[in-house]
Amino acid sequence: MEDRRLDVPAERPGAQVLDRREFLLKCAAAGSTFILAGPLMEASQGEQAAEGYDPTSHYYGMGIDVSKCIGCARCMTACKTENDVPQEPQFVRTWVERYVIPVEGEVEVRAIGPEGAIAETPPSEGGILRTFFVPKICNHCATAPCVQVCPVGATFTTQDGVVLVDPEYCIGCRYCIQACPYGARFLHPETHVAEKCTFCYHRLVKGLLPACVEVCPSGARIFGELRARNSPLARFLRFNAIQVLKDHLNTEPKVYYANLDREVS
Amino acid sequence: MSGYIYPNELELQWGLLVVIYPYVTGLVAGAFILASLERVFRVRAIEPTYRLALLTALAFLLVAPLPLQAHLGHPERSFAIFLTPNLRSAMAMFGFVYAWYLAVVLLLEIWFDYRKDLVLWAQQSRGLKKAFYYALTLGATDLSPRAIRFDNVAGRLVTFIGIPSAFLLHGYVGFIFGSVKANPWWSSVLIPIVFLFSAMVSGIALVLLLYVFTSLVRSKPVNMVCLDTLASFLLYALILDFSLEALDFIHRLYEAEESIHILGELVSSRLFLSLVVLQVLLGTLVPMVLLTLLSPAFHHRAVLPATEELRRMVYFGSAILIQVGIFSTRWNVVIGGQLFSKSLRGLTVYKLDMFGLEGLFVGIGLLLLPLVILYVLIRILPPWTDETPVTAEAPAVSS
Repeated sequence: MEDRRLDVPAERPGAQVLDRREFLLKCAAAGSTFILAGPLMEASQGEQAAEGYDPTSHYYGMGIDVSKCIGCARCMTACKTENDVPQEPQFVRTWVERYVIPVEGEVEVRAIGPEGAIAETPPSEGGILRTFFVPKICNHCATAPCVQVCPVGATFTTQDGVVLVDPEYCIGCRYCIQACPYGARFLHPETHVAEKCTFCYHRLVKGLLPACVEVCPSGARIFGELRARNSPLARFLRFNAIQVLKDHLNTEPKVYYANLDREVS
Repeated sequence: MSGYIYPNELELQWGLLVVIYPYVTGLVAGAFILASLERVFRVRAIEPTYRLALLTALAFLLVAPLPLQAHLGHPERSFAIFLTPNLRSAMAMFGFVYAWYLAVVLLLEIWFDYRKDLVLWAQQSRGLKKAFYYALTLGATDLSPRAIRFDNVAGRLVTFIGIPSAFLLHGYVGFIFGSVKANPWWSSVLIPIVFLFSAMVSGIALVLLLYVFTSLVRSKPVNMVCLDTLASFLLYALILDFSLEALDFIHRLYEAEESIHILGELVSSRLFLSLVVLQVLLGTLVPMVLLTLLSPAFHHRAVLPATEELRRMVYFGSAILIQVGIFSTRWNVVIGGQLFSKSLRGLTVYKLDMFGLEGLFVGIGLLLLPLVILYVLIRILPPWTDETPVTAEAPAVSS
């Protein structure tokens, strides 16, 4: 099957690259000290965008329709494969939570495994009021606490609105993991740097969809342009009552949920 | 593990090393503030501990960055904090706050205070030792009354700058935690203030312990006026610290935000021993009662008149309990803040390793290292002033 492509406006050739990269190169060019220039040049090398890609003409977000998620965990598996995420269950860039709300008693929440919810369907004794799945992912917050707290600026927001980590520059202090209200980050057990969802940035710059969106069989994840009026995401936002997670923290998430239950946090 | 935690929360990010960091910087700030009591506020009674307090602050400050460095995923990149700091990050300021405090405050103050002695020691010594002390004078060997007067004025000025700097150093450490809005256990405007006062408590208690201990080792009598005054200040700081912590606790209970249930569960289960028993009961209330009864903190008289020996023992015991309490405080903040899920639906556990960089033995080593450094510093720069010991029959605060 051919990869679905992002419905994006045409890009301007020879356009400006990332803000950070530009800043870093300027720093180096301005004749910074020998010590300063070395690591900075190194850091900037990790951010080479695909030729002709113009980050200024995009602004990405994701929509999640809770009512459409069937808990198959394809997104989790695809993400791990695509991004070389460690297989252990405690390292995830995206995960799916199962909520079981009984007629009486406490709400049961768990993260489903890689086999999907069908492999671990709980008994429904005592009656179930509602049950549903909630896909979770980095919210790529517009005012991201992780970006704010990173002491060296290794975590940054791209011009197209994606929060990334520069693995060549991260010192592994883990302050960003503490600052993320959504539990979306982890420390990679081998590289010892902070890791998180990139919206599959390497695919975005080629005009492809993130892996989790690509494989979702029920269309629960809608990815696209936030600023374009006619994008699938814009339609999703227009025709649904939208919520974001932990709105009170004012992180301005760019992952938008439709049909979200109040139990979800 | 109980309830639901996010998958990525299975691993705790900050362990024992990050507990040690605020504990050690607290001791630095506290010891310095104690020293400044003598210097700026002219509390003459505690003069015997002035230099000891300064050297203690220096010894612990030298160790303070080690646990942080050791816990980094890439320690070799830590210099990036100095070279390309993210100016919006609280943590990025660490290097600057640290360098300011070490170089501008502590080293300068010690140098001005010791300069005259350094010159004298250089004059009295021979060979390498002479060269060493001469090097420490930085060539400033003028012992004229005018030069000595300048030392005093400059030293006092540095202390004036030093007090807000000490507040900055430890208040800043508190801010690193208090400003994390994602974590309801940490996120509190009171945390930097609570950190500061607990720092004073731990610093005064440490200098008290060291003063009694070194007097014992040197077979010198303990200056009881000094010790009574230390105990009194320790009690004042302890009362302030406890009041602030109680305010924070009551405020949280009364506001009862959405996190109150999980935090209640946290305190009553995972943190019961370290918070209720060690921090509050043994680390605060017991020493508070003991010091209230025996120290001349109020009305210049103790509630229960006691012999010098008993007072020494009780002060010493209280100071040890206080150290245990403050270490537990740091533990409860750092580890406690990671034992509940940010989903507010579950609790996790922290398993302390014995070996390895984050292990118990490295932790103990890092806590003993400042004492070794202090020993060396004391050998190089003897801080003693007790050639003519003073004792007081009736406990009294003199200032």
